[in-house]
Amino acid sequence: MQISYLVITLLLLTGVSYFWGRRRAVSLAKGEHLVVLHSLPSFHGAYVALWCGLPALILVLLWMILEPQIIEMLVINQLPAAQADLATTNPNAFKLLLTDIQNLASGNIVSQSIDPSLQAAANSYVRYEEIGQMALFLVALSLAIILGTFARTRLSQKFRARNQVETIARWVMITASMIAILTTIGIVLSLIFETIRFFEKVPFSEFLFGLQWSPQMALREDQVGSSGAFGAVPLFAGTFLITLIAMLVAVPIGLFSAVYMSEYAGPTMRSMVKPALEILAGVPTVVYGFFAALTVAPFFRGAGDSLGLDVSSESALAAGVVMGIMIIPFVSSLSDDVMNAVPQTLRDGAYALGATQSETIKQVILPAALPGIVGAVLLAVSRAIGETMIVVMAAGLAANLTANPLEAVTTVTVQIATLLVGDQEFDSAKTLAAFALGLVLFVITLCLNMVALRVVRKYREKYD
Amino acid sequence: MTDTSSNTAVSTQGTWGEMSERTRLRYAAERRFRLYGLAAIGAAVLILATLVTSIGITGLPAFFQTYIKLDVTVDAASAEKGSYRGLMFKSVYALYPEVTDRREKKKLRGIVSSGAGREIKAAVLDDPSLIGTTFSIWVRSSDDVDIFVKGQMDRNLPEADRRVKDNEVAWIDGLEEQGRVETRFNFSFFSSGDSREPEQAGIWGAVVGSFFTLCVTLAVSFPLGVLAAVYLEEFAPQNRWTDLIEVNINNLAAVPSIVFGLLGLAMFLNFFGMPRSAPLVGGMVLALMTLPTIIIATRAALKAVPPSIREAALGVGASELQVVTHHVVPLAMPGILTGTIIGMAQALGESAPLLMIGMVAFIVDVPQGIFDPSTVLPVQIYIWADSPERAFVAKTSAAILVLLTFLVFMNAVAVMLRKRFERRW
Repeated sequence: MQISYLVITLLLLTGVSYFWGRRRAVSLAKGEHLVVLHSLPSFHGAYVALWCGLPALILVLLWMILEPQIIEMLVINQLPAAQADLATTNPNAFKLLLTDIQNLASGNIVSQSIDPSLQAAANSYVRYEEIGQMALFLVALSLAIILGTFARTRLSQKFRARNQVETIARWVMITASMIAILTTIGIVLSLIFETIRFFEKVPFSEFLFGLQWSPQMALREDQVGSSGAFGAVPLFAGTFLITLIAMLVAVPIGLFSAVYMSEYAGPTMRSMVKPALEILAGVPTVVYGFFAALTVAPFFRGAGDSLGLDVSSESALAAGVVMGIMIIPFVSSLSDDVMNAVPQTLRDGAYALGATQSETIKQVILPAALPGIVGAVLLAVSRAIGETMIVVMAAGLAANLTANPLEAVTTVTVQIATLLVGDQEFDSAKTLAAFALGLVLFVITLCLNMVALRVVRKYREKYD
Repeated sequence: MTDTSSNTAVSTQGTWGEMSERTRLRYAAERRFRLYGLAAIGAAVLILATLVTSIGITGLPAFFQTYIKLDVTVDAASAEKGSYRGLMFKSVYALYPEVTDRREKKKLRGIVSSGAGREIKAAVLDDPSLIGTTFSIWVRSSDDVDIFVKGQMDRNLPEADRRVKDNEVAWIDGLEEQGRVETRFNFSFFSSGDSREPEQAGIWGAVVGSFFTLCVTLAVSFPLGVLAAVYLEEFAPQNRWTDLIEVNINNLAAVPSIVFGLLGLAMFLNFFGMPRSAPLVGGMVLALMTLPTIIIATRAALKAVPPSIREAALGVGASELQVVTHHVVPLAMPGILTGTIIGMAQALGESAPLLMIGMVAFIVDVPQGIFDPSTVLPVQIYIWADSPERAFVAKTSAAILVLLTFLVFMNAVAVMLRKRFERRW
């Protein structure tokens, strides 16, 4: 990458200009004590360095984002009329043509025979790229040098370098904290546009209320099993079933262990069990998925066989139980926190009335901590709904509308993953459906989190 | 509450016997309750133990590999042509010259790995003086033979249920008698890339991919996260705008990881046209995911620095920025680093968003930089777990063991940092 050399050069220049500015500041003091300067020499140096490095680096970044679009535009303008018309008549073929030009320019294999116009376009593509890069080098370097020199001439004894540098630093920090908002906006935008396109092809009501999900589009008229039905109810039902099973595992175990840890366990036990739970929380989900497929699912299948039950090898039960295991530490650590936050005075009051420890827990602490626990469970539910790898590896692919945990069901996340892994075309309803599902997932988990965080916060305020 | 109050109300009227009976019941309930708690913890620990042992037991054999000794004669002609595969076949046939049937011969050469020719080639290229001589070389066995030799395949099963058939069993037993079979530590598991042949597949490509990805993640999320946290904690005014940012950060922390994958696919790949399957994109997606973790941890660490430090620094004339950069951030650094390491450990174990941006491709070459197509350890685990060959089950578990070792190490470093440098004010 040529650009990386440019970036390194710019960074070196920035470093050099720091010392350059610093030296100048020291010389400005004219041998007197440095106190005659308004700002410390290092601030003068930083001021020069920022002017030298920052604009040039921003320019490089912008260039890297915009360059492909600009070059593409220039090349399109050059294409013969017949090919340029494709853009309006046959967008797909036009896209292919552009890809071919790019591949030809970078020396890759192309999909059609190379005709002269294509070769010419590729040549000019390469040329534009070279010119662009040269221009970028010249502009960025001269920008760095000119601005750096200019900044240096501004230095004087009275120059308020510190204030200038601090203003810039503050803006850099503000930009950094904007990233969170930008990410959310990015998520919403990337989901919404594709979802709107999806609903242009598939009616909204079918997606939300349809009972049939089979996203494979028929390539031929008479193809079997490829109806291209996009009713998401079976996915929602499957997600709900697996989440329910997971909660049935995670809530009792998590809650009881949290109760024991916060109310009964001594320091030694705490110091031994807490790390174990933390390990459980730190195990990657792909490992849980493998565990589910390798150990748990065959175990349930075998157990079902010996009981005379027909258990699918991708049963919702196995996926749900393992997902529950994954969530145990989540539930337990959150509810441990809320129970520890219950004031000791409440416990002491209950003991003074003669209640045993378990009576205190059941009738005083748990009711007091209930909002926090509800919040924890809601957060856990949102985790379970959004969990992907376990269900991808252990749950089924076929959308069954069933409440039987021994059968295979599929979930929203499984469908997103299977629809988008591998080759995609971005116009088919099949790929767009994944984005619609993603939007549903995002909205549901967002609502759950909002509610949960609000509940937890309200509760905290009560006892703080 | 009502229960206890009615209990006491009744018990004041009850006889001594009734009261002690009630006390006995209450104590029994107490013990039961305690037992439930213990049982829950026991269940959690038991599950963890099952998880680790089941993966450990299946994974350990993959660290070893069966080798078979072949006597290879390299003539100049085939060395010239580079037909080492043929040489390999010839030397395998030479082990059992009585096998003549075409189909049987095919089975016989299936004892050694189909890549054994390359091992011979490597040996010859390493030492050209071998051309024209006959020498012994240990080559990898095929995956089924490997499983059989390690004793993971029951030889008493009926032949139809066994991947290694009776005549192959006889051949292997014969070779073992001649001392031509050996099981050694499988170094190449740690040094080679992925392969369709289980006996040749290694994790190095995935480890390097993970390394590059984490480098990008760290380079993006650490500065951004720390800057954002410092701003929100030390400088930001309390207004709607900062409230919005905070709500956003909290929500991002709980957005399902696969949604970040969709973001990466739609934004980074389709809109900005970044390279598919590259650690650059993977690292950026993971950086957005770990950003909330780092911001929240950094803010907690900054909050823990007592205000007296800030006031003292301000008192001797430091500017606000100097207070933060010279005193508060260095004092909070252990906490910040702990949070960062934990965030990196999460990123290392994450796979779902990377599936979306094409890091799930089958890639043999070890990536050389952040623009090369590559995969990462958890995704490699996913790919292997999906492969039908039985030998990949052990490989998958072994890769999981490696991944868990990394994670335990990272978390241990985080805990150590916290223990050693954390100050209680």
